Amino acid sequence: MELVSHDILIVGGGGAGLRAAIAIGEENPSLSVGVVSKVYPMRSHTVSAEGGAAAVIKPNDSLDEHAYDTISGGDWMSDQDAVEIFVESAPKEMLRLEHWGCPWNREPDGHVAVRPFGGMHKERTWFAADKTGFHMLHTLFQTSLKFNNVTRYDEWFATKLLVADGRCQGVAAIELRTGQLGGVAAKAVIICTGGAGRVFPFTTNAAIKTGDGMALAYRAGVPLKDLEFVQYHPTGLPGTGILITEASRGEGGILVNKDGYRYLQDYNLGQPIDVHDPRHPQLRTMELGPRDRLSQCFIKEREKGRTIPGNYGDIVHLDIRHLGEAKIDKKLPMVRELCRNYAGIDPVHEMIPVRPVVHYMMGGIHTDREGATPLPGLFAAGECACVSINGANRLGSNSLTELLVFGARAAQSAVRHAAGQSAPARDALQAQVNDEQRRIANRYFRPGKGKETLAGLRAEMNQTMEEGAGIYRTEASLRVTCEKLAELRERYQNAEIADHSLTFNTELTTAIELDNLLEIGEALAHSALGRKESRGSHQRSDYPQRDDVQFLKHSLAYRSDGEPPRIDYLDVVITRWPPGERVYGTKK
Amino acid sequence: MEPRNSGGSGRTVALDVFRYLPDAEDEPRFQRYEVPAREDWVLLDALGYIKDHLDGTISYRWSCRMGVCGSCGMMINGEPRLACSAFLREWFPGPIRVEPLTHFPVIRDLVINLDDFIHKLSEVKAWLVPKEEKPISEGEYLQTPAQLAHFKQFSLCINCMLCYAACPVYALEPRFIGPAAIALAQRYNLDSRDGASEERADVIASQEGIWECEFVGDCSRVCPKHVDPAGAIQQAKVTDTTDWYRSLLMPKGRQ
Repeated sequence: MELVSHDILIVGGGGAGLRAAIAIGEENPSLSVGVVSKVYPMRSHTVSAEGGAAAVIKPNDSLDEHAYDTISGGDWMSDQDAVEIFVESAPKEMLRLEHWGCPWNREPDGHVAVRPFGGMHKERTWFAADKTGFHMLHTLFQTSLKFNNVTRYDEWFATKLLVADGRCQGVAAIELRTGQLGGVAAKAVIICTGGAGRVFPFTTNAAIKTGDGMALAYRAGVPLKDLEFVQYHPTGLPGTGILITEASRGEGGILVNKDGYRYLQDYNLGQPIDVHDPRHPQLRTMELGPRDRLSQCFIKEREKGRTIPGNYGDIVHLDIRHLGEAKIDKKLPMVRELCRNYAGIDPVHEMIPVRPVVHYMMGGIHTDREGATPLPGLFAAGECACVSINGANRLGSNSLTELLVFGARAAQSAVRHAAGQSAPARDALQAQVNDEQRRIANRYFRPGKGKETLAGLRAEMNQTMEEGAGIYRTEASLRVTCEKLAELRERYQNAEIADHSLTFNTELTTAIELDNLLEIGEALAHSALGRKESRGSHQRSDYPQRDDVQFLKHSLAYRSDGEPPRIDYLDVVITRWPPGERVYGTKK
Repeated sequence: MEPRNSGGSGRTVALDVFRYLPDAEDEPRFQRYEVPAREDWVLLDALGYIKDHLDGTISYRWSCRMGVCGSCGMMINGEPRLACSAFLREWFPGPIRVEPLTHFPVIRDLVINLDDFIHKLSEVKAWLVPKEEKPISEGEYLQTPAQLAHFKQFSLCINCMLCYAACPVYALEPRFIGPAAIALAQRYNLDSRDGASEERADVIASQEGIWECEFVGDCSRVCPKHVDPAGAIQQAKVTDTTDWYRSLLMPKGRQ
């Protein structure tokens, strides 16, 4: 297939990728933009986000409070210069979405409404019922259709970054419909491919969340930052892992154990007040504590034997019955729909069974505040990237805003970079595409030893990640996981696929996705092994304290061929908020 | 999706799955698979079981498995459904026939070609064209909850294509803009911030099909998000008829 070229190429058509495409369209419509995405943009996982997106808009709120909540929520691992940019840009980005038609919920006077969310001092979460990600993604997708300079490559699966003269200059990607591998060249490339939750067995993440972009960058020598920080959301439906939004607690839902007791009061998250008290729910208190702490409380509660046995492991109950049918239908319609369809209960009348579930990767491709990676010409934004604003634990409703703010910033950086570049080195790039085509043909389209199955390897990977690198980790558990992953990567070489056709070969994409996940899992486990402290979502039972002397540092995992990843460290940027204690349950 | 690890009675249910591999075979065929007859499985779980354990060559689209990404629309015993929210138990003891959505070209197996819809979304200008430009520095466009409610239902479309598979007009007239695209056009037409309903009406009315729609309502019946595209089409017709009468009474430019 002939090499095609654009000024700027975006890999990934979710929230961050589409925001980046629109930013370029608005800034300079004469630049040609390509968007390569393995699914149609509106299928991207942004669509599943529910609760809302944070930005300071109300007169009682302030940028400093949003910054402080984010930094303390991240257990001081966030780069504070990046957080300051984030909170300052957030309201403008959210208003842009409003101007593009996003159906935000409104106050009676027509202004945008906000709701409370976990770990936030003020109500600042904009929402479109509990389908916020869905509405944001469709608003971005539909808005992007206006721009004639944007060419989409829907259902093209990127398998390799093209790097020539020390610069990233495009990708090789499979057009799924024809099975042809093509090169898409560009003066700058922005990766916006989302997270890698599928490395774990029990996750809210969609099937497509396989860390593809992270793996592309990692293989090209770009480090993955802070991968050990994995967010467990406290309220997933057992069995499926489908998310029940934090907004259900923001609206007043409570968590109770087998005795109907609001157990969070036993874990330094403040004292409960009656659900009918007008002061309920209290901000940064009890059910509105941060996600890492709430998920850890579940494990402690289970150790005490106070959780409830279920068909898919132990659960606790999320109770929203007191909100009443009218409020549930108005503010949480999707919660009701999901509970009815997938849990067989109606939350208007029954309590919702929930347990912690892998939800979000704080870590990702190492970028600076401008979205630039250490590889010239390569940028990243959204969950696949780590700027870092989320530190050791992301606050709910910061990620949707992040993909807007840093999607736009990465686009602006890419535009600046592209302006100084000459045309792509076509011959060198085409040669790399040809090499990649041969690699895929040799690896996947020839009968091999065939002892291993993709499903078998994936199940073993999922199991070892949960056992060794879950909510609580130890040196011993992580070592077992690291060894297991090395073994699985070895055995992956013996995995064979039965499907050798070119047309929409999803067994091939599944195989490449598994390769990517194994790569990410290994970097994650080794990063976790290196961090001998407990901070935010990274809890080491053998090192239960936070250690600012040694570990107020980002980890950087570098890939090395045939060896375990090399872990390096980089100081966290502190500006105005010196490391302190995370205090929840009392007014700061 | 990994098979879940509890329950199960040893019973199985047969799935007759439409297979079409254009590289290798001239004609489509049905292939039978026996999968565990699990009470808590949706059809998507059964397809995952087949792909993981019985036959890796079966191709279908899926992603969110919670009814919001719109990927997994297919015909299940002749009805357009989302595989992720269709419980196997609805069809016990089976067999269950699984086919790609009708009225679309098939790329392979259960994977359809939806280029036509993507093109139509652009044709109907499914984006906000502001009635009045307002800089970001002046804040949001005000919109009351009642104004939001006016269009909200039509904004819930997940582009799953079930309505096109159900539409008898689209079956005969592929140029028909169709239920989802008209609903999305209407979503912007009814938005208090938008000012482009006349441009959109021209596109919708100029295309074949809208006048053939007899408000059978199959599109609304199969919609998993209760968007009611049939209602949107009816509204678009009424608007267009009104505009036509108005154009006879009042020459353009005078209202």
